[in-house]
Amino acid sequence: MNESFRLLDPLRQTAAVKALRAILPSDAVLYQREDTKPYECDGLSAYRELPMVVALPQNEDEVSRVLRACRQLKLPVVARGAGTGLSGGALPHAKGVLLSLAKMNRILALDPVARIARVQPGVRNLAISDAAAPYGLYYAPDPSSQIACSIGGNVAENSGGVHCLKYGLTVHNVLRVRACTIEGELVEFGNEALDAPGLDLLALVMGSEGMLAVATEITVKLVPKPQTARVILAAFDDVEKAGNAAAAVIAAGIIPAGLEMMDQPATRAVEEYVHAGYDLDAAALLLCESDGTAEEVEDEIARMTAVLKDSGAYDFRISQNEAERLKFWSGRKAAFPAMGRISPDYYCMDGTIPRKRLGEVLRFIAAMEKKYGLRCPNVFHAGDGNLHPLILFDANDPEQLRRTEAFAGEVLEKSIAVGGTVTGEHGVGIEKINQMCLQFTPDELEMFRAVKRAFDTDELLNPDKNIPTLHRCAEFGRMHVEGGQLPHPELPRF
Amino acid sequence: MEQVIARYAGQIRSAAADKKPLRLRGGGTKDFYGQGLEGELLDTRAYTGIVAYEPTELVITARCGTPLAELEAVLRAEGQQLAFEPPHFGAGATVGGMVAAGLSGPRRQAAGAVRDFVLVVRMLDGRGDDLSFGGQVMKNVAGYDVSRPMAGSLGTLGLILEVSLKVPPLPFAEATLKLELPQDKALAMLNHWGGKPLPISACAWTGGELVLRLSGAPSAIEAARAAIGGEPIAAEQATAYWRGIREHTDPFFSTDKPLWRMSVPSVAPPLEFPGEQLIEWGGSLRWLACKADARSIREAAAQAGGHGTLFRAADKSAGVFTPLQPALAKIHRNLKQAFDPAGIFNPGRMYSDL
Ligand SMILES: Cc1cc2nc3c(=O)[nH]c(=O)nc-3n(C[C@H](O)[C@H](O)[C@H](O)COP(=O)(O)OP(=O)(O)OC[C@H]3O[C@@H](n4cnc5c(N)ncnc54)[C@H](O)[C@@H]3O)c2cc1C
Repeated sequence: MNESFRLLDPLRQTAAVKALRAILPSDAVLYQREDTKPYECDGLSAYRELPMVVALPQNEDEVSRVLRACRQLKLPVVARGAGTGLSGGALPHAKGVLLSLAKMNRILALDPVARIARVQPGVRNLAISDAAAPYGLYYAPDPSSQIACSIGGNVAENSGGVHCLKYGLTVHNVLRVRACTIEGELVEFGNEALDAPGLDLLALVMGSEGMLAVATEITVKLVPKPQTARVILAAFDDVEKAGNAAAAVIAAGIIPAGLEMMDQPATRAVEEYVHAGYDLDAAALLLCESDGTAEEVEDEIARMTAVLKDSGAYDFRISQNEAERLKFWSGRKAAFPAMGRISPDYYCMDGTIPRKRLGEVLRFIAAMEKKYGLRCPNVFHAGDGNLHPLILFDANDPEQLRRTEAFAGEVLEKSIAVGGTVTGEHGVGIEKINQMCLQFTPDELEMFRAVKRAFDTDELLNPDKNIPTLHRCAEFGRMHVEGGQLPHPELPRF
Repeated sequence: MEQVIARYAGQIRSAAADKKPLRLRGGGTKDFYGQGLEGELLDTRAYTGIVAYEPTELVITARCGTPLAELEAVLRAEGQQLAFEPPHFGAGATVGGMVAAGLSGPRRQAAGAVRDFVLVVRMLDGRGDDLSFGGQVMKNVAGYDVSRPMAGSLGTLGLILEVSLKVPPLPFAEATLKLELPQDKALAMLNHWGGKPLPISACAWTGGELVLRLSGAPSAIEAARAAIGGEPIAAEQATAYWRGIREHTDPFFSTDKPLWRMSVPSVAPPLEFPGEQLIEWGGSLRWLACKADARSIREAAAQAGGHGTLFRAADKSAGVFTPLQPALAKIHRNLKQAFDPAGIFNPGRMYSDL
């Protein structure tokens, strides 16, 4: 697929611009280098590519006509929301159209009685909760990027947040996605009831990284704001103890509103940035939140505290008011930008593992820090085993970038080896595509491709992302094979 | 057990070669559901047993033929549950059938549906290939999410071999209340309460009586009781009542009229049809025992923003499921082709062309 695009006539650009200008006003079709440059990467800035053309539709009808035109000209299309993605999902195609949904940023309807909001894909995640706040409602999934990321991007990545342990991921909080196929046809997945006839394609479209259809309108569920929330900040002298404590809380039948962990290097980096007053001597900090009615929270905090104490926490602080709660959270929420201050670049991984393997994986990461000579602070969603190790490096040094990629690759493979997945919430994109060859069998990858073709016969929507070709896997396998041995023959297939 | 899989795969391959339909079936408790049953029987009960259960990971993996009752008993012993409270509709219900039917019970309004708890599906496709999708962890976005759509697929895409489900803890406490309310007031109150942080985990309105179940911390239940009022129902009686709603053994369901399952937005006004109604899921699910013609019922559902399923009826000629929009129907056909190129799995159970 990719090869045929590479051979396209460069005059394609002129043809594409002409076709798009017949649909969109001229300021909504960008093709000069200085105009397309801002779109060259998403949040994974180590990978860059200038798009051939950028199209900025304003409504559903324009999206549909643009897609139809792209199909006619056989142009690959990469949808883009806010460009905060961390796996290169919105990385442009050099011979294709970058379809920015940024102009479609209106909240179309908000019904506080039905507790739903119907929004355009470019609406920012936090804007929905802001609009719902006067009614005591909010949109639950809260990625740390929520002030910037778009709901269309959230749908495409099935994003989570620190509260998704209790309130679910995007897939659990979206009722309906209206989307446009590459043929320019509008299709509704789900509806404003709790289910829809036919196969549950709403679930299939969630997390599909812009490869099946372009979301043009999304109905989200709004849920009542809990009356109150309090968080426990627990300190541990050992990372593994903290990991086990997280598992113990869950084992006690408690589903905290949030259960997050930071190791010492991460704590030190964020403390410098937010001044939350964290204990810098702790090997790990655990944030464990309870929400609900005041009585309920009091009961639950007592139960949580008992479990954490039994699990070896040496210090506790329980937020006494909302300001303090937000202060305790501030460091965890700002972990990524804080890394940006102590290192020119950081590379965020996203493997998710069974909680009981946490200690083992953390030791493995520490060994990799030594092996590759790179620092790697850890923050993670401890409650659901979703790790975000952050490799610190300098992208201007190609040698460091190479080491970073190798480091990251080993951690992803370790995640698979312990029975987890290469990505919990950031998506495969371009970044983890090779490891897909390890996580899935050739038959499974073939089925993924068939699923794509069921929506997009010509494979024009975000091609070459997420699902590797078997050819690519063969190449990757060759690189990996040592002494005639397949890599990780012991890998469990699940 | 691997031999059983090999046998199933063989049966699938030869059916595909001969283009002869297969009828995937567990306990047969949901034979009544869906359009016609066609093809040679493939009994999933031979592949049975719990593969793995780790309470602290909140995940259980079971083979398709495992009795649903067995799975639930194992979970209960560890203080966990299938939070979507699936109906069994008979003693022989299996785990595979529960997922394939995709039906959820009273707690769905608070906890989510079957699909929300599916983490991994291992399946045999129409080529007899053994495939696994999803991840044994709480979060996984590697590849397309092929596992959740298996919930409710009615066996049209493949034979579900194993499924891993997320299994949350049982609530610390429960209480059931009864209030007298006419339908419009009941709907208004359900939507009003839905917007408040109240621990309502189930509701059922019929014949002017609204029954509510509260689940959670004792203190939260107490506070909700004070806010809602109503008359408490004793625990044992309440358990039996909710079982009746879930299993359709409540007197409401012993009707000889066609039973419609109307899935509509919770704020949809009362549906104006003759016959009896039972409302669940905060107003989003309305059971209609009604002889009106299918067309007008489906139109009313569509007008309200939902859809109507002819859930139980002697005569299904009006079609069980609401027809799909053409663009959506095309994607369905393409997916069917991808999973089951010979068209052998439960043909016509969902739609005549699937
Ligand atoms: C500081 C920081 C913190 C983050 N924290 C979290 C976190 O806590 N949890 C989490 O899950 N993620 C997190 N992320 C990752 C990222 O914010 C999410 O993946 C987010 O959902 C991306 O949204 P976006 O609008 O920026 O999408 P983009 O980056 O623009 O695109 C992401 C993908 O979605 C596709 N896409 C975008 N819009 C559409 C559409 N309308 N239709 C179809 N496909 C579309 C794109 O093609 C691409 O594949 C974080 C990122 C940063 C930079």
